[in-house]
Amino acid sequence: MAECPVCGNELKLVEGTEKGEIVTCGDCGSELEVTGKDSVQEAPQEEEDWGE
Amino acid sequence: MKASIVGASGYGGGELLRLLLDHPHVEIHQVTSERNAGKPVTRVHPNLRKKSSLNFCTVKELEKVDLLFVSLPHTQFMQRFNELNGLAERIVDLSADFRLKDTAAYLKWYGVEHPHPDRLSEFVYGNVELHREAMKKARYISGAGCNATATILPLWPLFKLGVVDTALPVVAEAKCGSSEGGNAVSEASHHPERSGCVRSYKPTGHRHIAEMEQELGHRIYFSATSIEMVRGILVTAHLFVKPEITEKDIWKGYRQVYGQEPFIRIVKEKQGIYRFPEPKILAGTNYCDIGFELEGTRLVVISAIDNLMKGAAGQAVHAMNVMCGFEETAGLTFTGLHPT
Repeated sequence: MAECPVCGNELKLVEGTEKGEIVTCGDCGSELEVTGKDSVQEAPQEEEDWGE
Repeated sequence: MKASIVGASGYGGGELLRLLLDHPHVEIHQVTSERNAGKPVTRVHPNLRKKSSLNFCTVKELEKVDLLFVSLPHTQFMQRFNELNGLAERIVDLSADFRLKDTAAYLKWYGVEHPHPDRLSEFVYGNVELHREAMKKARYISGAGCNATATILPLWPLFKLGVVDTALPVVAEAKCGSSEGGNAVSEASHHPERSGCVRSYKPTGHRHIAEMEQELGHRIYFSATSIEMVRGILVTAHLFVKPEITEKDIWKGYRQVYGQEPFIRIVKEKQGIYRFPEPKILAGTNYCDIGFELEGTRLVVISAIDNLMKGAAGQAVHAMNVMCGFEETAGLTFTGLHPT
């Protein structure tokens, strides 16, 4: 079981998920990069500037 | 179960009728409107064509039913309580008449001496998320105010879990749709005056503050602004949390309190168009969407509802479902439209 680093949700990585794969947290929708069997980190994202 | 609606020609009453016509356990017996008595309900609520052949009747014509919904203008139900109370074993009121527990608050916020102060404690306040267990045993439920609901629901878990720095103020601002004002016309609702407006109509002193403070047990500095929208409320609340609190703690807190709630959704995404709650996609639904962002110890909490649904009729049906032991989502499964 991996924990989403953004919202703390518990994520069950399906068997066969490979390192570097991108998964989405079911609670907060964050895109997460699989870093190990039970670990993920926030995946890099393109930011929109919304006129800033 | 047989139910009737007292005051069904208003927007709240019409929305109730729409929901109950599709409710699997409710049969609508009568609907009242003194002004429209004898006329078909579809004259006032054209969306119900081919759904209902009911005609409005007067309150005097009401027969006994299992449950009575009361959707009269504020202060009318409290005056007619004895007359209506005998008509049903259970009552769900949508007005403010029995929301407040403190009799003196009615004089302060509504300018009336409450004629039944002894009855106030018998009514359960209408937010199911806060009062589910009490509702299961209740005979009377008093629907919560729309702005109050949109403010209480996002803030309640934060107070409950003790993350708020209560030494600092909690400020909330609501952007409100025009249907909050009901279906009575006024100079302010005249199209040239209302269209396109961004009008501060209650910078201070909004009546729903009384409910917010009663339910949250904390002073709430609330302002309301009327905007170009028919249905919907967006509340943005600002508060400060204890220094050790992280954004993940807030996530976990909401999940702990609302994880099993059928009508609360935590909406906080980093991508897409609808990253935070927006009333636009909630029209006709019973959801309260809640989002947040933490900057140091300053927490900004955002919530959105349809004022006629989660803020009135949908909430009342949800409360009835709990009160009567029906499945909580009965009659309330509409998921909204996109795009609208």
